[in-house]
Amino acid sequence: MANPKPEELIRINHVPPKQAWMDTRPDFRPGMFCYASKAKSLEYVGMPNPRQWSVKDEDWHLPENWQEIFIEGLRERVDKYRSFRLFLDICVRCGACADKCHFYIGGGDPKNMPVLRAELLRSVYRKYCTTSGRIMGKIAGARELTIDVLKEIWYYAYQCTECRRCSLFCPYGIDTAEITILARELLNLLGLNIDWIAGPVANCYRTGNHLGLQPHTIKDSFDMFIDDLETITGIKVSPTFNRKGAEILVVIPSGSMFADPGTFTTMGELLLFHELGLDYTWSTFASEGGDFGFFTTNEMAKRLHSKIYAEAKRLKVKWILGGECGHMWRVWHQYHNTWFGPVDYLEEPVSPITGTRFENAKSNKTVHITEFTADLIKNGKLNLDPKRNDNLIVTYHDSCNTSRGMGLLEEPRFIINNVCNNFYEMPENTIREQTFCCGSGSGLNASENMEQRLRGGLPRANAVRHVHKKYGVNMLACICAIDRAVLPPLMDYWVPGVAVTGVHEMVGNALIMKGERKRTTNLRGEPLPGMEGEEDV
Amino acid sequence: MGLLFSFFAVAILGVIAFVGVRSIHLHYFFGVIIPYLAFAVFIVGIAFRVLKWARVPVPFRIPTTAGQEKSFPWIKSSKIDNPFTSFGVIIRMALEVLVFRSLFRNTKMELRDGPQFTYGSTKWLWMAGLAFHWTFLVILTRHLRLFFEPVPFFVEILETLDGFFQVGAPVLYITDLIFLGAVTFLFLRRVIIPQVRYISLASDYFPLFLIGAIGTTGVLMRYFLKTDVVGIKELMMGLITFNPVIPAGIGTIFYIHLFLVSALFAYFPMSKLMHMAGVFMSPTRNLANNNRAALHANPWNYPVKAHTYEEYEEEFRDKMKSVGLPVEKE
Amino acid sequence: MYNGGKILLGLIIFISLVTAPFWLSGKQATAKPDPKIDTPEILKLPESDRQCVESKAYMKKEHMKMLNEWRDWVVRDGVTVYTSTTGKQYTMSLQNTCMKCHSNKKNFCDECHNYAAVSPYCWTCHLEPKEKGL
Repeated sequence: MANPKPEELIRINHVPPKQAWMDTRPDFRPGMFCYASKAKSLEYVGMPNPRQWSVKDEDWHLPENWQEIFIEGLRERVDKYRSFRLFLDICVRCGACADKCHFYIGGGDPKNMPVLRAELLRSVYRKYCTTSGRIMGKIAGARELTIDVLKEIWYYAYQCTECRRCSLFCPYGIDTAEITILARELLNLLGLNIDWIAGPVANCYRTGNHLGLQPHTIKDSFDMFIDDLETITGIKVSPTFNRKGAEILVVIPSGSMFADPGTFTTMGELLLFHELGLDYTWSTFASEGGDFGFFTTNEMAKRLHSKIYAEAKRLKVKWILGGECGHMWRVWHQYHNTWFGPVDYLEEPVSPITGTRFENAKSNKTVHITEFTADLIKNGKLNLDPKRNDNLIVTYHDSCNTSRGMGLLEEPRFIINNVCNNFYEMPENTIREQTFCCGSGSGLNASENMEQRLRGGLPRANAVRHVHKKYGVNMLACICAIDRAVLPPLMDYWVPGVAVTGVHEMVGNALIMKGERKRTTNLRGEPLPGMEGEEDV
Repeated sequence: MGLLFSFFAVAILGVIAFVGVRSIHLHYFFGVIIPYLAFAVFIVGIAFRVLKWARVPVPFRIPTTAGQEKSFPWIKSSKIDNPFTSFGVIIRMALEVLVFRSLFRNTKMELRDGPQFTYGSTKWLWMAGLAFHWTFLVILTRHLRLFFEPVPFFVEILETLDGFFQVGAPVLYITDLIFLGAVTFLFLRRVIIPQVRYISLASDYFPLFLIGAIGTTGVLMRYFLKTDVVGIKELMMGLITFNPVIPAGIGTIFYIHLFLVSALFAYFPMSKLMHMAGVFMSPTRNLANNNRAALHANPWNYPVKAHTYEEYEEEFRDKMKSVGLPVEKE
Repeated sequence: MYNGGKILLGLIIFISLVTAPFWLSGKQATAKPDPKIDTPEILKLPESDRQCVESKAYMKKEHMKMLNEWRDWVVRDGVTVYTSTTGKQYTMSLQNTCMKCHSNKKNFCDECHNYAAVSPYCWTCHLEPKEKGL
């Protein structure tokens, strides 16, 4: 289906309809939802109720006792997660979160106000888990779990990217991501996942990565990088795979091994590690830092990430270095230690180059690559020529997860300021902890829901547009693989003329390496500033 | 619907107390039995709800980080908005509870020509919320004069400050004005802002009307209808010494006020008003962001079935060998 | 993780605070104010004339408002005579009318005012009466 034109899409009505929300059924409009999960994806990982079904069909082929399953699941989870029970109990509907959600801002659907998205499930919770709701019914904001209610919960659970921007503004810290995460768990009990999540999950379980890259394919991919890098720099990097006894295991999102512009980030990392002479290894099995299991169930998330520490243990490395990826770092930072700790078979991470101890990672032994590189630059270990990035006028997009689930704000900026000369921030209410989502996170980066993605990404794009017009920004830097996959089409649609890069791609370009030949092109094969016409060297 | 329902519910409560005292003379019922019951429900209900939350574990450490993490000494970290230590968490919670830190961040989205979105700072909700909660606390504290003999010094100081402008007799309390103003604002924004009206339930209007009615009856009693304060204090002191008496000559308005307060106390534990206790227990606010430095244990963490390297190698061994990747089993 | 100890501590603090009146109310909790109307000036009057400017019930509720009005009428409007509902006329004066009979501020005014924690600002302008025998 063709997407509406930007001029049409921007005509957004934020005023809710007259009819009460409980009486309004969801309208499954093409472009606004993802396709249903396939039976084989669920079967492969043993998720319940695998079957073929279609969102547009009246009959979703639910199991006979679907209500019972859902409600039992709900009761079980409000007894397992204090966050969940508390957030269902204490919302006062002040509305502070309403205009903080990118989907509401870009779409105007009132049920995308975080408060109301949560009320969809909260109303069911009241009906089946609270006395007042059971007795007072609708007047207490409670309602029966009907098939329409279930479909509505499904529709909006997959219109939340779990970015947590609303939770920043909530006076009680109510986190819609928690609600969405658990709503999706409940839906998964009924086999109601989306294809774009269930597929990668199955792939990841089997091959170690979402894209389903098999070991030889990964090796081939890297061989291509090695060739390209030799052409550009004259240096032949020699990464190792599945090597036992290396000091560091490097894990990155698989998207950066396969698709532009993420691949350029990986190439930048290869150059950096080579220049440092780092004793590290890649793993074809722990070949995915991201975790679409996190968008499925807590258990699935843990099942997919078990391999990372398992590989670190098998390869007898000292610690783990994680690449540029958003939700990967929410999981690594906030969940890994709890799932897999204590990680006493690894050592407290120390940079072999600078000797810096990463105190903040001493327990779970994972270091973010921008922490690693910022430390290198601060200690003067890198020879950088930011002029090589002079063709770029850069702004920086904070990923939701690294900003609101971690607080990684200054490290990437410090690096960017050292590898390029033109850096401009977007308006302050759209960056750092207040950053806007790309609109496609949490597994919603499919293609069939493009209108939803363009709407969700509008607030981010609009802020980029501001600096594009004001400063001529032509490059949007980020540290997230989903960002690198989804921001290019978003920019093409809303802000043509702005490309997308990982931070370590710019590092790779600026890095002056020992024994390199005079570089004429950047990692993308485009001429460096001042080198136009010399590509034929 | 929620609005009218709540309005009439509160109105009916008022009428019940009026008729009960004025016509049926149930002074003892409305002056002694109901307050005792309501207070018991309040205490037991709150304890019950809090313990119910406490029984549920916090499986994961999920603070919403609102500033720079602690990493290197040369990067200034945000010690309060992204606390690494318990001390930081205490300050963060104190700011949250005492001055509504998160609400202070509030912005208002506008779509302007360009087209351009802007997100200007907006402090109205924060200001009204703060005014409402703080004046409520001051008013409650002032009421302690009816529950202590002798009256504690801080209550007298509070009264003197509150009546600083010495307008009229009895002296006008500034908090009474601010309180009613804030309640009115919170109500008006709920009905005027379309989005907020859309999300509002009966359980949002009911406490607003109830609290508004309590404030109004209180003001009527103090400034206009007048009643016998000495008698009221005798009643209250009787209650707290479990020696209840009903002094004659206390106006009906007092019993209406007391009944509405009792209704609020009894309603409190089963309502959204529990956010008073809940805010302290919110896992996105009351945890330090030190997940990679300290282990957070989940009591129900359980082993999961994962795909092992051995299974992986088993499936891909030939392909691995063909490109020279090391394998465990030849 | 539960943090049970902290929650319990918080709960105990909360319950202690809201129930404080019950367990902190001291010996004087049941003491009632007892304003005395046995001053020599009142006792001098014949039984039938022992009557304030208005009824006792009215005075109990409204005396503060009345004094406030008297002050305004005398100081701002120059009116000095008050006609009561019974038609009797009085000079509107705190010191010369009210305190003439109620010369016992300690045992009359202060009794209730202290009990209800009211601190009227009469005596910031007026001279506080010096009571004999104290």
